[in-house]
Amino acid sequence: MSEADLIPVYIMGKRYMVPPTLTIMKAMEWAGYTLIRGVGCRGGFCGACATTYRVLGDPKLYFGLACQTVVQPNMYLAQIPFFPAQRSTYDIRELEPTATTLFSTYPEVLRCLGCGACTKACPQDIDVRAYMAAGMKGDIAKMADLSFDCIMCGLCAARCPAEEAQYNIAILARRLYGRYLAPRSEHLCERLGELKAGAFDAALEELKGLDEDELMRRYKARDIEPK
Amino acid sequence: MSGYPREMQESIRKVEATRARRIQETFPAMSMAERDAILEGFHPDYKDETFHAIRAGVSKGQRMPIELAKIVEGRPHIGPDFDLSDPFGETDVLVIGGGGAGAAAALLAQENGARVTVVTKLRFGDANTMMAQGGIQAADRPEDSPAIHYLDVIGGGHFTNVPELVEALVMDAPFVIEWLENLGMMFDKNPDGTMFEQHGGGTSRKRMHSARDYSGAEIMRTLRDEVRNREEGITVTEFAPAVELVMDDRGQVSGAVVMNLETGVHHFIKAKAVVLATGGGGRLHYQGFPTTNHYGATADGVVLAYRVGTPLGYLESMQYHPTGAAFPEQIVGLLVTEKVRGLGAQPVNKDGEQFVYPLEPRDVEAASFIRECKARGNGLVSPTGQPGVWLDSPMIEMIQGPGTIKKALPAMVRQFGRFDIDITQEPMLVYPTLHYQNGGVRLRADTSTEVPGLFIAGEVSGGVHGHNRLMGNSLLEITVFGRRAGRSAAAYVQQVKPGTPTLAHVEAWNRELDEAGVDTGVVSPILLPDYTRKE
Repeated sequence: MSEADLIPVYIMGKRYMVPPTLTIMKAMEWAGYTLIRGVGCRGGFCGACATTYRVLGDPKLYFGLACQTVVQPNMYLAQIPFFPAQRSTYDIRELEPTATTLFSTYPEVLRCLGCGACTKACPQDIDVRAYMAAGMKGDIAKMADLSFDCIMCGLCAARCPAEEAQYNIAILARRLYGRYLAPRSEHLCERLGELKAGAFDAALEELKGLDEDELMRRYKARDIEPK
Repeated sequence: MSGYPREMQESIRKVEATRARRIQETFPAMSMAERDAILEGFHPDYKDETFHAIRAGVSKGQRMPIELAKIVEGRPHIGPDFDLSDPFGETDVLVIGGGGAGAAAALLAQENGARVTVVTKLRFGDANTMMAQGGIQAADRPEDSPAIHYLDVIGGGHFTNVPELVEALVMDAPFVIEWLENLGMMFDKNPDGTMFEQHGGGTSRKRMHSARDYSGAEIMRTLRDEVRNREEGITVTEFAPAVELVMDDRGQVSGAVVMNLETGVHHFIKAKAVVLATGGGGRLHYQGFPTTNHYGATADGVVLAYRVGTPLGYLESMQYHPTGAAFPEQIVGLLVTEKVRGLGAQPVNKDGEQFVYPLEPRDVEAASFIRECKARGNGLVSPTGQPGVWLDSPMIEMIQGPGTIKKALPAMVRQFGRFDIDITQEPMLVYPTLHYQNGGVRLRADTSTEVPGLFIAGEVSGGVHGHNRLMGNSLLEITVFGRRAGRSAAAYVQQVKPGTPTLAHVEAWNRELDEAGVDTGVVSPILLPDYTRKE
């Protein structure tokens, strides 16, 4: 890449010339950074690389994941690899899946102003305000569903004027839903009963003792369940 | 909104033209002989010149990728004179690794009465577990059984798997599903409560449980949340990778030396047992392949365990996931979940024609993509020179109904949407990417090893998958063996008589390398890949 093709970006206020095709994360490495903070899965799943940026001449703040966002000229970048968000401790086995549980574990739920700063900051495009509204109504199932794609990067909490830690509240809702509200799987219970009664022990014992030829014969003879 | 350049769009028109016909057709699956032939011809594991036999240690002579051999033969970070007299911390069970296996081990060790410390290289949860999309296998439907699961696993692994490990995997599987659900994991379910289960490559029954396409993330964040709720029994220290295991004068493991990643200072954490759950090594980029792995996947655990005398195995086989993103450049190598094919999408070539059964075992599927591009010239080439074939995602909605993609694959829709590619309307360009370390440290079914006090769980281990892992068996592996490791380690610490800590093995290792004339110039584990620009 020739020098002429490079574009300026500002990492923590310092100017670097980088190729325009890179993600923010790769641009930082291209500039010489060995990343320790603000880097994790590099695939958009872990929330380690939450980044706030502004572009020269534009007063608006933008938000994104450094591993998923391509650089643009005159970006001013600041990483937020850690945010000191409130988190409550609880024993999931002792809770009931009710509004009362939500409000007693996180009383600040009711302080939400509904301003939507969280929704604007979310790099996953989750409507954080909507799931917080569901939480204020005690609708755990809706809060769990709407927040499902959360990667817990903390940008919502960083922007919240009511000092909520939305993502920590949301995982409580999801765990309450998964443990208590999701419909039970009878076939799983039945299988567990069979396993405990040793229903498959003999079959497994036999399989473990087979030689490769016989295993291959049985493998090839398997019937495949249709799609 | 097409983010594809014009030349690629022309090929997409051909894919669209054949779609209605292809939906009625299924490309035939390969025979065992055809599988063997394509692997030998095109799978990266069969390129002999990219492998090296290691020259020291208990598994001397074992073949592994050159990049891995170089660090296995590396020199320790610390010398034998490192001061062990004043431990920085003391615990019953030290869990090294903050991914799914480490978190599961920590929970079970704590439940079984042990004090637990978890050390992890980056943040707690920065791990391949977090990135796993497709799902977790468990034979829990009446049409299925652990015995059928066993056959699928061992056939997929080319009949080289360790039987006792496969037995543990398939027999524990339904219990793991129950455990995860009781912790509050949200599985995909039908309205009547039955689990929504699909096929994966190499399965003969639908047993892939999922949580949209955030299956691993949902497991990881649930386990992490639970560990955090048990702060009185489990201490978590982040940015503290282990650089060396510590033994005692009775030949037992007695903890590890960890490094503060930010200050570079080393500390000894004394423990009665160690659970090694450090994951894989995709960031070593074998043969120059891109990888789906997280930033810290540098095979540290293989190095640590080997230096204290634990045998290795199966490291001559790596898993290349058939469908890594091949376009756009910014996401090359990132995972496109196998669930896309599980839901019905076919791989097709530049002319819009099928060339392989969509759900062959991963190694076979990957080799066939390489053949289509390299030998037959029927692949595409992106503007940056990256080869690839199409994965025809839009056909999913013709098979499963409108709205399926957005509901079942939100992470994929988002990933490609960021680059103006709408996968509900356009196919994805894909090519094999380095995904998983099939082999690793040898272990028994209770996760114990040749070295007393050392327990192994997750991708760092070798044997359960043989030479090829099936989709959905890694999330299963980390939970099954993570739980077993926690339980085994907690039982072990009840009866162990600790000796005096020593690093004598470091001296012995250096001497063995010297005598063998081995000097790779590498200090290992390497901890992080180096992506800074080289002039």
